[in-house]
Parts: sequence; C-alpha cells; structure tokens
Amino acid sequence: MAGYLIKRVLMALLALLIITCVTFVVMNLVPGGPFLSEKAPSPEVLAALEAKYGLDKPLGEQLVNYLKDLLHGDLGVSFRMQKNRPVTTIIGEMFPISAKVGVFAVLNAVILGIPLGCLAAYNRGKPIDSILRVIMTLGISIPSFVVATLLLVLFSVNLKILPGTGLASWKNYLMPCFALSFYPMCYIGRMTRSSMLDAINADYIRTARAKGLPSRRIIFKHALRNSLIPVVTYIGPMTAYILSGGFVVETVFSIPGLGRYFIQSILNRDYPIIMGTTIFLAAFVIVMNLLVDVLYKVIDPRITLGSGGEA
Amino acid sequence: MKKVLAIIMASVMVLALAACTGTTVDKDFELNVNFASEPQTIDPALNSAVDGAVMINHMFEGLYKWVDDGNGNATLALGQASDVQVNDDKTVYTFTIREDAKWSDGKAVTANDFVYAWQRLVDPATAADYSYMADILLNANEIMAGEADKATLGVEAVDEHTLVVTLHTPCPYFEEIMAFPALMPVRQDMIEAGGDQWTFSIDTYVGNGPYKMESWEHGANIRIVKSETYYDYAKLGPKAINFKLMDDANAIYAAYQSGELNFIEEVPVAEIPALLESGELDIDPYIGTYYVCFQTQKAPFDDVRVRKAFSLTIDRNYIVEQITQTGQVPATGFVPSGINDAEGASGDDFRTVGGDYMDVSKEAYAANCEEARRLLAEAGYANGEGFPVVEYLYNTSESHKAIGEALQQMWQTELGVTVNLVNQEWNTFLQTRKEGNYSIARNGWIADYNDPMSFLDMWMTGGGNNDAQYSNAKYDDLIKQAKATNDPAERMKLMHEAEDILMGEDVVHAAIYFYTNKHMSQGFKGMYYTPLGYYFFTYATPAK
Repeated sequence: MAGYLIKRVLMALLALLIITCVTFVVMNLVPGGPFLSEKAPSPEVLAALEAKYGLDKPLGEQLVNYLKDLLHGDLGVSFRMQKNRPVTTIIGEMFPISAKVGVFAVLNAVILGIPLGCLAAYNRGKPIDSILRVIMTLGISIPSFVVATLLLVLFSVNLKILPGTGLASWKNYLMPCFALSFYPMCYIGRMTRSSMLDAINADYIRTARAKGLPSRRIIFKHALRNSLIPVVTYIGPMTAYILSGGFVVETVFSIPGLGRYFIQSILNRDYPIIMGTTIFLAAFVIVMNLLVDVLYKVIDPRITLGSGGEA
Repeated sequence: MKKVLAIIMASVMVLALAACTGTTVDKDFELNVNFASEPQTIDPALNSAVDGAVMINHMFEGLYKWVDDGNGNATLALGQASDVQVNDDKTVYTFTIREDAKWSDGKAVTANDFVYAWQRLVDPATAADYSYMADILLNANEIMAGEADKATLGVEAVDEHTLVVTLHTPCPYFEEIMAFPALMPVRQDMIEAGGDQWTFSIDTYVGNGPYKMESWEHGANIRIVKSETYYDYAKLGPKAINFKLMDDANAIYAAYQSGELNFIEEVPVAEIPALLESGELDIDPYIGTYYVCFQTQKAPFDDVRVRKAFSLTIDRNYIVEQITQTGQVPATGFVPSGINDAEGASGDDFRTVGGDYMDVSKEAYAANCEEARRLLAEAGYANGEGFPVVEYLYNTSESHKAIGEALQQMWQTELGVTVNLVNQEWNTFLQTRKEGNYSIARNGWIADYNDPMSFLDMWMTGGGNNDAQYSNAKYDDLIKQAKATNDPAERMKLMHEAEDILMGEDVVHAAIYFYTNKHMSQGFKGMYYTPLGYYFFTYATPAK
C-alpha cells in the first residue's frame, strides 16, 4: 500500500509538471495578450508593463522562471483581473466559496441519489420506479443553466422568497446547491438502480435468498455494497468538478467562485491566473482520483492496490 | 386547509416585503448598484475602465469635481481647490488647496499630494494606460517617453496649500482633465506602505473624496460609506453605496426585478424593446462613435472609391431603428454630437459646426446607393464584378453579429459584392484588428474628455489605436499644428480641416451611429451623470 501510494504521488507530480508546461505553451500560442483593450496603451506603457511582469523575456526563460517560482509556492500576481494581487491569495479566497456550495451539492447528490436508486431498483416495474425514472431522465437531460434559471425566475424574481445573488445567508445556498446537484443526483440514482439490478440477479444473491435471509438485509448488506463500485468511480471526478465550481451555476447566481473565474481568466489572458487555477484544479482532480482508488479497497476487499494491475 | 393556505400566503408576503423595503428611514438609506464585475483596479492612476472610474469618483476628488446642475447633468466646479488664478496666455494655473480638504484618515490634503500623484502617473515605471491624460503638462511627453526626469513635470508645490500647474500650450479642456480620476491625488505614504497591494486594504486605500471604502468582498461587493472627514459630509446622500460585482445580464436584471439592485446598466438584449416601451429603461447621452474601419493599406480597400462606396451603402437608419433600438443617432461624421467647439458648452457643438459628411436621411439612401455603385464601377468593379470576396471581422456578441449581418446584406444587395462574416473571441479580435489582418472590422471609440482631439489624434500615422493603418502626412501635420497653437479658434479650425480629410476625402472608416448609454433605476433620486459615462450617487436620496 505504501509503495503504491509513493508511486502514485510521483506519477501525479510528473503529470502536474506536464500539465504546467503544456498549459504555459498553449496559453502563449493563443492570439491576444493581457494588456490589449479597445483603447490600446502606448508602446512605452506596453513595454513598461511587459518589463514589469517579465513578459519581455524569451518564452523558454519565462517558463523556467515560472517553474522556479512555483517550487517556492509562488504563483505570481494577476496582470489584469485583480491587478497585482497574488494568485495564491485569489485562489485561497475563491476556492472555499466554490467548495462551500460544492460540498452541500455533493452531499445532496450522494445522500439523495443512492437511496432513490435503491428505491427504484427495489420497486422495479412498479409505479414508483416509473416516476423516479422519469425524474432521473429529466435530471440528466436538462442542462444546469436551465435548472438554475428556472429556480431563479420562480423563487427570486416572481415569488421573491429567495435571494438570487451572492452568498450572504443560508437562504442563498438553496438554489445554487440544488441546481448544481440535480444532474449528479439523478445520474447517481440511475447508476445505483442499474448496478443494483445487476447485483440482485447475481448468483450470490440467489444463494442468499435460498438461505432465507430477509430481503432488506440482502439489498443493503450484499447487493448495495457490490453495486456501489461504479458509483464511487463516478463520485471522485464529480466531487472534483462540483467543488472546483460549476461555471454556469456560479454565473447565474453571481457567486464569486473559482469556476467562473477560471473561464474569465482565459478570456482576459490573465496568464498567472490561468496557470494558477489550471495547476490547482489539476492537482485537485488527481488527488480526488487517488482517494477514489483507495476507497475501492475499502468497499471491495477483492481489489488489491499496488500489485501492478493484475488484480 | 384554508388556514394553512392563509398562513403560507401571509408569510410569503412578509418575506417579499422584507426583500423590497429596508429603506424607510433616511439615516439608513443605502444604495445597491451594478456596473460590472470585479474592477481591474481602483488605483486612480492605473484605472482605464468606466466602472473603476465611477468608484474612484466617489472615493477621490481632484482639483475640479463634477456637480449636479440641478437637472441631473454633471457640470464642473472647483473640488479640492478653493481658488484658481490663471496667467494671460493660459499656461500657468495657480491653485489654492482648500483649508478643509482632508484625507479619510483625517490628514490634510496638501499640494505635495498632487505633485506626487502626477509624477507617479507619468513615470514610465508606473505603466499607467491613461498617463497620456496628463500630456498637457509641461514636459509630460518627454517623461513618458523616458527622455526626461519626472521631477521636471510642470507641477510644483509652492507651499502646503499652493499648487502651480504649468502647461506647454493652453488647453481648452483643462478643467475636465483636472476632474479626471488619473489626476486625482494619492497618498505617497500609503502607496509606499502597501506597494502594489495598496488598493486592496482599507488601511492603505485612503482617499480624499466624499466616500471611503469599508469592505471589498472580491467578486461580490465593494461597500463604500460616507467619509466623516469630507468637507461636505453633512450633505452627503446614502449612508453606504454597495457596488455589487456581477456581469451576467440575466442575473443582473433578475436582481433588479427582485429589488436587490437599485441601479443597473446591463439588461438582456431581448428585454430592451419592452422596457423602452414601458419607460423603465432610461437612455442617456454618451460621447462615442460606433464605426467600421477599413484596412487602408490592403487591396481592395486601399482605394478610397471602394471605401466610400461601402460607407454610402450602409443604411444607418435601419441599424439604429431595427437593431440597436436604444436611441442611437445615425452618424454623419466621426466626432460625435455633444463635443464642444471653440465656444465651449455654450456654443454650437463640433458636429454642428463641422456639418455632415453624408446625407443619412432615409430619403437619401437610394441616391447614396446609386452614387456608391458609380464609385465602385469607377474603381473597376461594375456591379461588383471582379470584386474579391472580403471578410467583415467582429468580436463574438449577439449585437455585433446582428449589425454584421445587416451590413453584409446591404453590401451584397446594393453593390453585388460578397462579404463573409468572421467573428473572433474578444482578445483574439483585438490583436487581429491591431495588426491589420482584416479587410473591414467593427470598431468603437468613447471620448476620454470633451474635445474633438480625443477622436482625431488617434488617426495620426503609427498611432496605437489607428486600426485602419491610415497614413496621410497632411493629416498628421494638421493635428500637430492644432496641438501646438495657442489660439482656440484656430485650433478648432485645424481640427475641422483634419476631419474633412479623414471623413470627406479619405473615408478612412464608415461611422455608423453615435452611442447612447442606458440605465434602469428604482427607489432613489438625485443621481447625476456626465456623457463620459460616469454616474454619481453622492447626493442621492430615497424616492418618496
């Protein structure tokens, strides 16, 4: 286990290095620049800006300088969006905002999604299954901006019972959390239902039934545990995605989170913010995937980690 | 069941009321306004955006300031200065700084604060986009080019309360420049203490204006409150102004409808016609021109006849009536209406004096198209035959696209030429246009100050905003003469001559319409506005 972890961490660092270099190069290949605007600054001002932020040096040297700073935990300062503010401060401020909304959304998706899936599987073919399946199909086919906008129009504009912007009170969280979790909740529900049905038809369940075990126990002790593997696989990247900020939902509810900021940084060519958020989000996804791999082992003892993949 | 329903209804109504009110007592009167999302900077010297300028205007004050003329229009008055004396040839101004001018931390505003701020502005090391606003000061151009020391700038503190400002030539818009954010004083000790970060902390972001920053929740809200040390503190309006930082038009409009915002500029394009009809959307004058520029160095637009033909076939009335729909005026020249001529605000404006470069009335359109076809034939493309396929470049946006499609249609129908539409993401577009890699491109220009020079010197050979890559020695010469002359009437005459060349002879671009600004406001009155795009809430009061 320890050897496996060390190997995975080293691989992760290598992956991060590659991501950093590729992003850096691609970002500089894209036309445009951080100091362009409808009113172009004078050549003297432009030269001064480039000198100030080190953009007057050759690209290779810029990359080396960036990597050196990165090793010291320095992600540079914003060129444009929050001029001269350290990127680490900005991420440190915006990620918790995305994460706060995200944690509730993830919990909502898992806590509601799995039982709903079980409920549907348990009542397979009955009306309750049909209703749940309709809701879940709707959930995975309606884009989140539609859900978010509908909620906003209904509860904020028409009924005026929920605030539609920012995160001032707990009431502000309701709509964005629901909008963000609706899709994953339905997706988890569907996945749980289908893998649960697979498990119910498996031989060992038939054996359990033949032994005369109560059906509740069969579902929750044996079937559920085995049917959770695909769900856990999905939860890893989903958590990373949700916690790092649903771009669309953050835009609709004007939440100053990292997801929205990441997209804006690209449009603004704010190089240090593009680099900083990319590296941060990449690291986050890698860590989440690693956690999921470890979780497999907990759920399914048959999976062994570190034996080179033959398991 | 009825009882339950009644309780639910009642609680919904109470909640709805709670969301709408909260402004019954004047003492607690607050405003929630939206201009844009996070400002790039609120450093007076570094800011170059309108949203940043609006905030800075509330937290800093220059030698002059904008005040309400009683009808909601901003007009200039002395701000931090109590008196000004000017010499006969209008190149040396001596200001007396108000005795009661104070920074928000209680320290007195001194002449030295202005000297520091202005030297910092023109210092190349500061890399301020708007340093050229100070180019009227003696030696400013040399300092910005790195050829002179910033200490030689034409500004001197004779004593704590006396500031002498020296210009290289008289400047008719001098007072306006003195009210511009870039020229507002800043505190040397605060900037040295905070470094590049001084604007982010309320401890170092010390201003001398009517309001001061209380908090900045990044990406969410900048809250400013009345400054007790401001000389006019007793008369100030809202207890606090919250600049809500949002940028999605639908979200902004929804927040306005739900009562969370008192003032917005942005509304979804689809809502505009209905809002205009109901009178909820207000249109304000705005000094700027929407135009398309031609790449004058590349065929086929290196031929003035082709450029003129393309300009004549634009049905400007159709564009303002059917597409933009918010009171824009068809453009008859490049310098828009509202820019002062030699007599200043009291006389006819520059556009009226200069006259029209083409007849944009509806009746004239058919004749214009006829003339356009004649010109195109003269250039060797009768009925558009042999004319290369050209591209119209614009930045990705619904409204620019709608205008692009209309232009494409007009040119193809009237001239028989093929125009392809190409859209690029904003930043890519800026670079492509700047480098001249286009045939026709969308463009727009908003005045920095109320003077035709703000629209004309940009077309000098090699200018940073000369996207048409236009070059005409005679034009350059006229602009240089206008900048050097001491006679205001002569100066205007030279600029009219320059515009005659730019629009009349060379048709460097096709001006389409003069901009307007729009806003929606509710729950307050007493706001005032300058056509440069700045709204002031300083003395706003609750609406009865």
